[in-house]
Amino acid sequence: MSTVTDAPPAPPALPDKPRKVRRRGRLVPYWLLLPGILWLVVFFALPMVYQASTSVQQGSLEDGFKVTWHFATYWDALSDYYPQFLRSVLYAGCATILCLLLGYPLAYLIAFRAGRWRNVVLILVIAPFFTSFLIRTLAWKTILADGGPVVGALNTLHVLDVTTWLGMTEGNRVLATPLAVVCGLTYNFLPFMILPLYTSLERIDGRLHEAAGDLYASPATTFRRVTFPLSMPGVVSGTLLTFIPAAGDYVNADLLGSTDTRMVGNVIQTQFLRILDYPTAAALSFILMAAILVMVTFYIRRAGTEDLV
Amino acid sequence: MEQYEPDRLSPAQLAAMHRSLRNGGARTSLSRRSLLRASTGGALAIGGLGALTGCGIPAASKSRGGISSEDHSAKEKEINFSNWTEYIDMSDDEKHRPTLDAFTRRTGIKVKYTEDINDNVEFFGKIKPQLAAGQDTGRDIMILTDWLAARLIRYGWVQKLDASNLPHAYTNLAAQFRNPDWDPGRAYSYPWQGIATVIAYNTKATGGKEITSVSQLLDDPKLKGRVGLLSEMRDTIGMTLLDLGKDPRDFKADDFDAAIARLQKAVDSKQVRRFTGNDYIADLSKGDLAACLAWAGDVVQLQADNPHVKFAIPDAGYISSTDNMLIPNKARHKTNAEKLMDYYYEPAVAAKTSAWINYVTPLESTIIKPELAKIDKDVANDPLIVPDKAQAAKAHGFRSLTAKEETSFEEKFAQLTGG
Repeated sequence: MSTVTDAPPAPPALPDKPRKVRRRGRLVPYWLLLPGILWLVVFFALPMVYQASTSVQQGSLEDGFKVTWHFATYWDALSDYYPQFLRSVLYAGCATILCLLLGYPLAYLIAFRAGRWRNVVLILVIAPFFTSFLIRTLAWKTILADGGPVVGALNTLHVLDVTTWLGMTEGNRVLATPLAVVCGLTYNFLPFMILPLYTSLERIDGRLHEAAGDLYASPATTFRRVTFPLSMPGVVSGTLLTFIPAAGDYVNADLLGSTDTRMVGNVIQTQFLRILDYPTAAALSFILMAAILVMVTFYIRRAGTEDLV
Repeated sequence: MEQYEPDRLSPAQLAAMHRSLRNGGARTSLSRRSLLRASTGGALAIGGLGALTGCGIPAASKSRGGISSEDHSAKEKEINFSNWTEYIDMSDDEKHRPTLDAFTRRTGIKVKYTEDINDNVEFFGKIKPQLAAGQDTGRDIMILTDWLAARLIRYGWVQKLDASNLPHAYTNLAAQFRNPDWDPGRAYSYPWQGIATVIAYNTKATGGKEITSVSQLLDDPKLKGRVGLLSEMRDTIGMTLLDLGKDPRDFKADDFDAAIARLQKAVDSKQVRRFTGNDYIADLSKGDLAACLAWAGDVVQLQADNPHVKFAIPDAGYISSTDNMLIPNKARHKTNAEKLMDYYYEPAVAAKTSAWINYVTPLESTIIKPELAKIDKDVANDPLIVPDKAQAAKAHGFRSLTAKEETSFEEKFAQLTGG
């Protein structure tokens, strides 16, 4: 609306001029948005159209693929691979909850208690990102090695008996079990949880805590009635930033998992690269996208947060 | 918003403002939502149903013999060489590649050596778009395992070699590698190194027990949960077929299904820990895997670091395959590339490379053995590097598959490995 209020009063001698100015002014925001829109079209819209087309094609690499509107691919993909879908949601969900449980206290500490160590701790949170994703995941193979101290300790404490009963581990090992995959996912996506939590906690005015205290709220009540509700935007964006990539991840399941921990990302990778069944791979991607979209929409509605930072 | 009407607005502007207020600004002013909607709508309109139908992936080119482009070998003294990691001899400080440097000194041809192949299927995904479109991949030589080499030859995506540039290769190639059914007489490819798929085990983890057959891998309760198989279908299925008494050079779909069923039993009983690529090396060395299917070259290298690692060649035989040098379509320096291929078939050069990488030499054993003995007697007498007669007799290739078989077998194998 600024263009309208900024427009100079029309000089009576030149009645055409203001209209020209106005028109050019109205287009300016579109010109400014052009790079962004182009980026979206080239790297988002076009690939989506291409993938949508691929998902309804039939054929083989040898004879080429043709669009036959074969929507049955979606149904076949879903009925063949629903266990992997459910597993992805389950593992990503577990990892997200673990990230929240681990990340919230840490973010709280950085925001309110770290004092002059705040920047150091923040850097420590981000530092693992300086090495490659793959190396960080492989490191977990050493940490969780069968004869290693971690597994030894868990065995002695009979923790593994409990996780085996829950179906998360296998015998007396952790590697190549669901637990290892969830550990890997939690570790790899933890910073995505901590950083948004930290930004929203850090914004909370400390005087609100004092005020709550003045009104005889116990620290627990202050947290429940003041701090946590105010940090909801961080919780929502943190869980989204963790859950969405974790649900599509395939590296952790590939390196830390086994045959019964394969996630939907692994199936897409196999279909696309090894079996060269592009339609099924594309259909699986769309189903995953749709499923995540539905879950996220539902979640945001429930959490009641529209602005995400 | 309040009904605020500045008096200097023209009637049209006022009308626009009213309209915008009534519609929540959605139609006339530029809100984020309307813009997103407009751009998505626009993109969909561009793409549209027409584009959906218009897409489609054309058939892989079938022009046998490949598409050559103008050969710039004489003018541009260079080669772009794509290889796997740690798959060529290196100097002790790991800064030079002696045999490549010697080639450049002798011929004046510079070699741009890139270790950009980690995995056959991934590399295929990478080069497929260019090759399918008939474009230069920027590579003159690439090294691919035989089933992928077979596929590229079938699609007509690699160039026929000029035999007159390959005198050493023609003379020195070992008999067992001369006539694979996917490239009889080696018209398109020459082996870089041979690969033997064997059984490897860690005596520390097996309690000193020897593991000598695939049956033992799949059944021995002492190994439960610590057995690794390879995610390369041909290696794992091939070894299982041999164990079942079938010949991987000539088997039927039923035999394949029998092998899958045999493996499925071991997977279901949790005997098998996981299907691995090259990453079995670390697992085996640590003892997380007690025994696994492994590539012999890795085992030889691993033994140097860890004396507990042993290998066994099953009585039923082993799977032998090759990594092959290929010249992709439209490569700019074909003649130079052929010169390099031939250079690596000179016995002295091949011996240097073999002594360093420890894979199966593709040269005839009688020719390379004396040269290897000059460098390292142990290497020359290692049957995993220079196969003796008895060893060569146990080697079995995996027959080439039709496109249909490839899809259906890979699908069944993917189901076995968890989807």
